Amino acid sequence: MAGVRFENITCRYGSHVVLKDFSLEVKESEIMGIVGPSGCGKTTLMRALCGFMKPETGNIYLDDRLVYSASKHVNIAPELRGIGVVFQDYAVWPHLSVWDNVCYPIKRHKVPKDEMEKRAAHALEQVHMTGYEKHLPSQLSGGQQQRVAIARALVSSDELIVLDEPITNLDAKLREEMLVEIQRIQKDIGTTIIYITHDQAAALRLCDNIAVMAPDGHICQIGVDEDIIRRPADRFVFTFVGVSNFVPVICRSGKIFTENGNHPVDDAQPDMQELGRYDLGVRPMDIVFDEDSEVKVTIKSVTFLGDQYDYFVDFNGQELRVESNALDALSHRVYKEGEKVGVKFLNVRYYPREEGKAS
Amino acid sequence: MSQYTRKGVNKDMAALDGKHFGLDKVLTIICFVILFIIVLVPVAMIFYVTFISEGKFDTRLFTEVIADKGNIGAMWNTIKVALGATLIGTVMGVFFAWLVGRSDIPTKGFMKVMFDIPYMFPPFFGAMAWDLMLNRRSGYINKWIVSTFGVKRSPLNINSIWGIIFVECCYYFPFVYKQVVNAFERMDPTLEESARIAGASQGYVIRKITLPLVKPAISAGALLILTSSLAHFGVPGMLGFSAKIYTLPTKIYQLFYRTTGSFEGIREGSALSILLILVVVAALILQKYLLRAGSYDIIKGKATRPMLIKLRGAKVPLLILAYVILFIIVVMPLAMIILVGFLKAYGLPITLANMTLDNYKQVLFNNTMVADSIKNSIFLSFSAGIICMFLGVMVAYVIVKVKPKGAIVLELLSLLPYAIPGIVMAIGVILTWSGRFKVNLYNTIWIILVAYLARYLSFSMKSASASLQQVHPSLEEAARSCGASHFGSLKDITIPLIKPAMVAGFFLIFLPAMRELTTSVLLYGPNSRTLGVAIFSLRNDGYITTASALASIAILLIVILNSIVNAILKDRKKG
Amino acid sequence: MDQVVLRNVRKDFTTKLLGTVTAVENFNLNVAEGECFSFLGPSGCGKTTTLRMIAGFEDLSDGEIELCGKPVSIKAKNLYVPPEKRDLGMVFQAFAVWPHMNIFDNVAFPLKVRKVPRAEIKERVEKALKHCSLDGMEKEYPGNLSGGQQQRIALARAIVTNPKVMLLDEPLSNLDPKLRESMRFEIKKLQKEFGFTIIFVTHDQSEAMAISERMLVMDMGRQVQIGTPTELYNKPNSRFVHKFLGQSTFTNCVIEDGKAYAKGNLQQPIPLDPPKGCEHEMILATRPNQIDINHESGYESVVENRIFLTDYTEYQVKVGDALVQVQTPHRVEFSVGEKCYLRFPNAMWYPVEDEAAEAERNRRQLV
Repeated sequence: MAGVRFENITCRYGSHVVLKDFSLEVKESEIMGIVGPSGCGKTTLMRALCGFMKPETGNIYLDDRLVYSASKHVNIAPELRGIGVVFQDYAVWPHLSVWDNVCYPIKRHKVPKDEMEKRAAHALEQVHMTGYEKHLPSQLSGGQQQRVAIARALVSSDELIVLDEPITNLDAKLREEMLVEIQRIQKDIGTTIIYITHDQAAALRLCDNIAVMAPDGHICQIGVDEDIIRRPADRFVFTFVGVSNFVPVICRSGKIFTENGNHPVDDAQPDMQELGRYDLGVRPMDIVFDEDSEVKVTIKSVTFLGDQYDYFVDFNGQELRVESNALDALSHRVYKEGEKVGVKFLNVRYYPREEGKAS
Repeated sequence: MSQYTRKGVNKDMAALDGKHFGLDKVLTIICFVILFIIVLVPVAMIFYVTFISEGKFDTRLFTEVIADKGNIGAMWNTIKVALGATLIGTVMGVFFAWLVGRSDIPTKGFMKVMFDIPYMFPPFFGAMAWDLMLNRRSGYINKWIVSTFGVKRSPLNINSIWGIIFVECCYYFPFVYKQVVNAFERMDPTLEESARIAGASQGYVIRKITLPLVKPAISAGALLILTSSLAHFGVPGMLGFSAKIYTLPTKIYQLFYRTTGSFEGIREGSALSILLILVVVAALILQKYLLRAGSYDIIKGKATRPMLIKLRGAKVPLLILAYVILFIIVVMPLAMIILVGFLKAYGLPITLANMTLDNYKQVLFNNTMVADSIKNSIFLSFSAGIICMFLGVMVAYVIVKVKPKGAIVLELLSLLPYAIPGIVMAIGVILTWSGRFKVNLYNTIWIILVAYLARYLSFSMKSASASLQQVHPSLEEAARSCGASHFGSLKDITIPLIKPAMVAGFFLIFLPAMRELTTSVLLYGPNSRTLGVAIFSLRNDGYITTASALASIAILLIVILNSIVNAILKDRKKG
Repeated sequence: MDQVVLRNVRKDFTTKLLGTVTAVENFNLNVAEGECFSFLGPSGCGKTTTLRMIAGFEDLSDGEIELCGKPVSIKAKNLYVPPEKRDLGMVFQAFAVWPHMNIFDNVAFPLKVRKVPRAEIKERVEKALKHCSLDGMEKEYPGNLSGGQQQRIALARAIVTNPKVMLLDEPLSNLDPKLRESMRFEIKKLQKEFGFTIIFVTHDQSEAMAISERMLVMDMGRQVQIGTPTELYNKPNSRFVHKFLGQSTFTNCVIEDGKAYAKGNLQQPIPLDPPKGCEHEMILATRPNQIDINHESGYESVVENRIFLTDYTEYQVKVGDALVQVQTPHRVEFSVGEKCYLRFPNAMWYPVEDEAAEAERNRRQLV
């Protein structure tokens, strides 16, 4: 079980800098999720780690082994780094059977035959693909191919496995199942896992620790699921993880008002300036209908999506998204277009005003 | 944009080898050198010899050659024939493609097999057969017309421009047919359904939607006919000489042989070659202008096929028409060649009494020239196939995976032969390998091999390149992360994955090379005839029945080889 | 007047491999004017086949179809009106926009076919383009445009003849998720303005529920349940429909003396009584977001696990032997190991054998 350490990694493609002075530590036996929008550099990071690209500056350590250093001219070839990789498109070799695919990593290490067979069989067992040894990848479904890719990665390394968007190409049901599998395997062997994705929902489900990357390649926040959801470090994390509404507000006499509103929406935070302009950020699920509230919105549209009701409401000239779940709908009411209803804002966050950026 | 398409990524992969002098660098250099020697030098020599005289740039020869009335006439004939073959061949191709691909005509399976047959045989076989039938004086059908209808002369004469066009059409229309039938069969059906819902009748849909959508496929096929016909030697070579009708390729040949290979003759031939190259390039440019067609993405992966159009009343007449045409194009020429091969002498009525096995015996057992030519063809085709297969893979690998600076030059060089007619390439090869650079292969079998390499490298390169592009970089990276070195991942992953395409590439060269004439007709020596040359020269020397017998054997050989190849390729597809 | 009527429609397909397969049977439907009606079901359930019969691309094996009061397909009388005479608008999943024509010509095509005078074509096309936010783009070619724009071209082309009935065949499946929502609103807006009837085919249940006044769930060629989205979601008539719409949790229960007990905990009864006279074993069907987890009263349990997700917190609690997921807004707080109480306000009861039928269905779909 290897820990990983990135120190001051800078990568660029031509003149475009993808990662700048990037540093991150992944602990032994941890599942670390690296989450960010497309183009943020997370895949570049993975390729640097595996040896498929050379960063301009920085060092990469696997446990105590220095596998890459720009300044010391150390660049261990990919085949010698000992990292198991699961690629986004599975990269299962179509001309080899499942068995040959899974045995390939061990063949190269010149291990005695029965030892090799034991390890391969065990890996297939862990991904529930025993019995498929003679199948060719073309005879398998997407989910099965993915499992073969995971078995192969397990065999090539029990220290560190890197998964790059491994479930995006699977349908919803299979995605859930695969996340459970990966979790179970990791508990079994205790291998360190780095999980790279833009799908924050998958990362929240699976990972012990999550690093959120901004589009320009720097890390906004590292934390567990509760930290990311409850205490997002900045506006980007707040916006990236789920839907958000932003309302421009002003702090007046210790209370928060909208630009042209008469009723206070909230109490001011201690560090706010008088007449300071801010953006109030609130999630659709945290806008709650409350008939007694003085703060009113007008319902613009109602959409029933089954597990939730989606409202678009007008709040002093601004459109907000409100979600209420099926249970709320059962216990309270479903509101209709045109109705005026009171609301309460919960779990509100305040950020410096950004012009031209509403919800 | 995936990280794999970003520039620079694969470069890093290649540079991962670190210490030792990269395998990739070595391969790149080899490719440049080989392509330079095999392709660039011959083409450059043609231009050099035409325009450089006594060390100075001199356009006199060129202007003389293009001012010559005979040469101008040959040029116009070339253009006329090419245009005629393209227009009529395209109409035929589209008609059959629509019949097979979109209508509910019966016996489609059989028809598809029949349409594959013209592909198998070189057009000059057809020319030979039609000459036997419709030669002005001695053609069997003409003799029958004269005697049956009591006319002085038959109106049909194959030794004419129209005759040449007719034969070329018969063998070139499959180019259009194949492209268009493919497009018809795999077109997204909703493109037509949405027109029906919008109120359009069946006929309106065909006119305004279906046909315009296959225009790119039609023009791709038509272009293929055009360039093939411009460069073609066999049919005008068989049919035109006796009527003094020349096209540029046959004129070049005539020039060459009239001067029995003297340097002056070669110079004139080079100048004419440049004229031919200009015509081909002009055709390519014109086609680009006229048919600004992009390739529409009309083919969807779904299994649903377009609705078949019900022919109803027209079914039987069209069926009859199709089979009559097929009979004329496919059955009659083959039958004629085989029958004449059995005759005691050409001109005798075709009855059992006039038949003998002597021609076949002669050809198979008593004729060393024939035996040698068959051996030569097999050797040349096999060697060219193997060498081009490996060379093609190497060049494709360098272009697709290594992506060095100057890869575009490599690409252009490997595709250049497509624009250079075979007979022109032959002249270039003569100029290069006849002692000018201290190596003299003239009159040996090796010069033919070199010309084949130059001509066929493009085929295997294209096929290997298409196949390599489908080997996603992640497959190789996965091997690296599983512990394989760069060389190991090539050996274990990349090569096995492109093996089927490599084998297909081999046959793509082996089969055409076995039966080709255009290139070897200029390069053969007393001991280095090919099968095509043997048939051609036997016929030219008047041994009609012997030539037919040899052609029949060649037909048998081609059919057997094709079946073996199809069996091998089908097997590979399964496994 | 009902705009779309199907009576006892059946469609059989005969193939060499499988013999005769019935793709649709016993299909009866009345769609009212101005209604948006969805066909929903797994792939292979027959929804697209039914739509194609309405469009006229397939003929019927039995039954009748009427559009706007006029019969268009009657098997018994061998009556069949071809698609071009049915006066419908249709939008396809892969857009089916013609790449060799610019946007104006694409949208003008239905009018040109009907020989509408040129001036009128220009006016109507421009109006349709404006409604679909494509004004100013008449000369563009579809090949350069995004999926969303191509779909709008298809919409404009479908509405330009003012059809009374619009058929939409999975029109949003090829668009990315954000675009799907905005296109859904656009379609509804168009429907309000023009007043046409929509038949909408999809495999995406939340999309069907969001867009329809009424909907139908199909399975293996048969109608399983028809109703409004809320009816189908809250009162599904079978385990199949329950599972198909939204998330479901099924817990096996044992019935004793009119009370239900979760398998593995026969001490504590489920606070929701099973129907009278039911089997000895029943399945309790609930939805993770309709389980009321609270600190006050209900089925007593302990929080085993907690995950924070973007829109909700997920708690995993034990009900008998089974681990059940409960999804709540973040403001509902429990810690791991804390005692909690569960209520099941909208649960349904289903007999156990449905499970075997479902396994059979799953097996068939894989084939």
